[in-house]
Amino acid sequence: MRLELRGITKRYGALVANDGIDLTVEPGQIHALLGENGAGKTTLMNVLYGLTQPDDGEILADGQPITLRSPKDAIRAGLGMVHQHFMLVPVFTVAENVTLGAERSRRLGLLDRRGMRREVRELSERYGLRVDPDARIEELPVGVQQRVEIIKALAAEARVLILDEPTSVLTPGETDELFTIMRQLRADGRSIIFISHKLREVQEIADVITVVRRGQVMGQRPPTATDEELAALMVGRKVVLQVSKSPAAPGEVVLAVEQLTVPDDRGQHAVDGVSFSVRAGEILGVVGVQGNGQTELCEALMGLRPVSAGSVRLAGREITAQTPRQRIRAGIGYIPEDRQSDGLVADFSVADNMILDVYDRPPYARGIALDLAASRANATARVAQFDVRTTSVDTPAGTLSGGNQQKVILAREFGRDLRVLLASQPTRGLDVGSIEFVHRRLIEERDKGVAVVIISAELDEVYALADRIAVMYEGRITGFRPPSVPVEELGMLMAGAVPATADKDQAAGESA
Amino acid sequence: MSDQPTAAEPPAPPAESAKQADQDNSGQRPRLGRLLIESIVEGNSVVVTALAIVTAIVVGGLLIAFTDPTVLNAWGTFFAAPGNAIARAWGSAAGAYVAMFEGSIFNPHTVGAIFQQKSIGVAFSDGTVSQVFNPISETAVNATPLIFAGLSVALAFRAGLFNIGAQSQFIGGALVCTWLGFGVSLPPVIHVVVCVLGAFAGGAVIGWLVGFLKAATGAHEVIVTIMLNYVLADFLAWILGTSGMRRPGRSDLISPLIAGNAHLPLLLGSHLRVNAGFLLALACAAGVWWLLNRSTIGFEFRSVGANPSAARSAGMSVPRTWIGVMLIAGGLAGLAASAVIQGTDFTLTFQSYGTYGIDAITVALLGRARPLGVVLAALLFGALHAGGIAMQASTSTPLSVTTVIQSLVVLFVAAPPLVRGIFRLHRATARGAGQSLAKGWNG
Repeated sequence: MRLELRGITKRYGALVANDGIDLTVEPGQIHALLGENGAGKTTLMNVLYGLTQPDDGEILADGQPITLRSPKDAIRAGLGMVHQHFMLVPVFTVAENVTLGAERSRRLGLLDRRGMRREVRELSERYGLRVDPDARIEELPVGVQQRVEIIKALAAEARVLILDEPTSVLTPGETDELFTIMRQLRADGRSIIFISHKLREVQEIADVITVVRRGQVMGQRPPTATDEELAALMVGRKVVLQVSKSPAAPGEVVLAVEQLTVPDDRGQHAVDGVSFSVRAGEILGVVGVQGNGQTELCEALMGLRPVSAGSVRLAGREITAQTPRQRIRAGIGYIPEDRQSDGLVADFSVADNMILDVYDRPPYARGIALDLAASRANATARVAQFDVRTTSVDTPAGTLSGGNQQKVILAREFGRDLRVLLASQPTRGLDVGSIEFVHRRLIEERDKGVAVVIISAELDEVYALADRIAVMYEGRITGFRPPSVPVEELGMLMAGAVPATADKDQAAGESA
Repeated sequence: MSDQPTAAEPPAPPAESAKQADQDNSGQRPRLGRLLIESIVEGNSVVVTALAIVTAIVVGGLLIAFTDPTVLNAWGTFFAAPGNAIARAWGSAAGAYVAMFEGSIFNPHTVGAIFQQKSIGVAFSDGTVSQVFNPISETAVNATPLIFAGLSVALAFRAGLFNIGAQSQFIGGALVCTWLGFGVSLPPVIHVVVCVLGAFAGGAVIGWLVGFLKAATGAHEVIVTIMLNYVLADFLAWILGTSGMRRPGRSDLISPLIAGNAHLPLLLGSHLRVNAGFLLALACAAGVWWLLNRSTIGFEFRSVGANPSAARSAGMSVPRTWIGVMLIAGGLAGLAASAVIQGTDFTLTFQSYGTYGIDAITVALLGRARPLGVVLAALLFGALHAGGIAMQASTSTPLSVTTVIQSLVVLFVAAPPLVRGIFRLHRATARGAGQSLAKGWNG
């Protein structure tokens, strides 16, 4: 199927999320849609999948205009979508999930389980997906769950597959497998729209690359285009992210983690005997593929998740059993991974959010009475200091843009005297301007003598900020490296392959 | 949907992001300006609430008219005399509502009665003047326990808890209050205060138990409170049968009368029932407002209610907050018992708790879980009840019509789209307290 988008425009109020986007996907083509977070890729795909209606423009399938009012229409038109977060029922089997919504039944309303299983097996074999139709979703690794999503789309006879950031949850190995599957689908004459913000992957798999920025198509390039060219189109300027910072001047050890073991929600060891230390005035970057224990590590350090073994010490004092509040008082700052759910109370004003963890201390509280004037004064000063774009300090924080929400959190955390800063995905989903701002502030904290731990999925970010890099894989730290380490080596560590020199380096990393 | 449509948030240079400051990063909420217009046009809470009340009264009027046998007879001959049918329907509904108004707010006949007395002095002394204020007094008396119990539910709701257990907390408060009322002998003012504090403590213990069970075991407060309602109701029936609580010489389940010293002082003389409990209720509403909006404790309550995981990350203890808020909420429901026992009934029966537990939920819902809203909603329900009794006495309309009207008000408030549909108001924002209260069930 030849899919054509003509002049797709989607506005949210004054904001133009998609601005006259033209895109043509030929049959049997892997068409990459490259752009930063917030460039308008997802909006475009939601338009294409009938989740939202465009204000202008038309969609053509094989030259015929089609109207997509709901995902149902999109599926009927031969479109299939694999979402970033999978839409699977964890307690159902693969076969049940694949036929969900299109259940086949026999007489008396009985489900045709055998037919369901056969279909899954056929599709799975045909495209080398290797999925057991009887496995329960919750027991499958993420990569396989993704393949189930693909089978789901294929079972609905999708001729154009939309993959929304499919590699963000995968290990490098799983990514390779996914690419193999994508090539097979292409050979079968199906088209794929591959959404990504990762240059290397796009260059590897795509036939055509369309770059989107700020809701507009910036250009189309062949996969042979250089990194610099694509990056320039993506961010709209030649320079790639680079933070100017002086060399670290590490002081004494502030945060010392010893053989820390943290169970996840199912009781498995999410963090498995991790040891490291961070000195005053240095940044430790923790990298790894999502879901290898970084989140749990951070929560455990903050006291939000119980620890089953090991110890955490802050400037020599044992804090393993302390509550989050005690840790906050002791000078740990926390920038949570998910700012919407853990960092802010969306309904609260900017001013209230800026005192969320100090509301019960002077000057914001006298006894149990809140001093709203002090809170407002604080918020007004910090809004100016951190350049938070808000109409007033009384505006609900939930109405701010992501970058400004993050600034509110930074303003709050940096407003206290910190000794340790835990920053988890500090720039996720932010625009370039905000990223630079956050990076600069993180470096400033380091230079003030704070021990900073940054957990990030963005290698570029860790390269730019960290003085030391720790790589996590399956709950363990597979190595410490200086920021001069080549990407390939980090990639290997992230995939669990421990190079021969690892032990020596780990020792070096711990003593550093 | 795959995720939040972050696509709507383009990387904007600083100059432009100021314009987008009011733009949610999910990109799907309307801009601030539009929100403002909407909230004025549809008046998200106030206008919808007012229209819900109007709608309920209209529907209630139809109900009154079409359950009246004389009206139904008239409709039987509709084609012969359509005017008669409509007039009778109007007459029936209007008569009922006039009676309700006279019973709850102001009855002009009572003013006329003053002039039939020999002199103003006599009118004052024999209570004729008081009669003018009787409807208002009755409204306040009926509203008082509803204010307390409504505050209880509203406060818990602001911390994200759905307190279905105002009834059990009422009973807890009532038991302590009654026992202190007849069991001990104290000087006038002190006895009142002790009983009021006892009622608060009795309710607080039951509320604390709910919070503790939720915090310690994760038991859902809806289940716990509902079950405790049964437990306490049966406990009440049992203990009223024991020698310690039964009124001597009575075979039914009723406690001894509380001492006169423990009665809440009357506010407007001996002919009117309105008492200090009403003022205490208003003071509590103000107190709850202060607690919620001006204290660190309320800040915790609201944080935990609005986003427990952010509250936790900010160092607040969510379980401790649950226990604290249920303690206070329970105490408030206990005070509702004080208003009934020390204010009007002076005794405890196995049915003293009435329907306060459920009414409290509807009051809190109608009041949008805000103290002022609770007071207004309780006054409305108090007026409906006081007026309903007068209506039943002077017309053939049964008291249960008021219950229907109350239910309709809540139904319409809980379903803002319905009201907006009826009155063709602007598009709905899914932010009404109706939804947010309903959301509590999932919490």
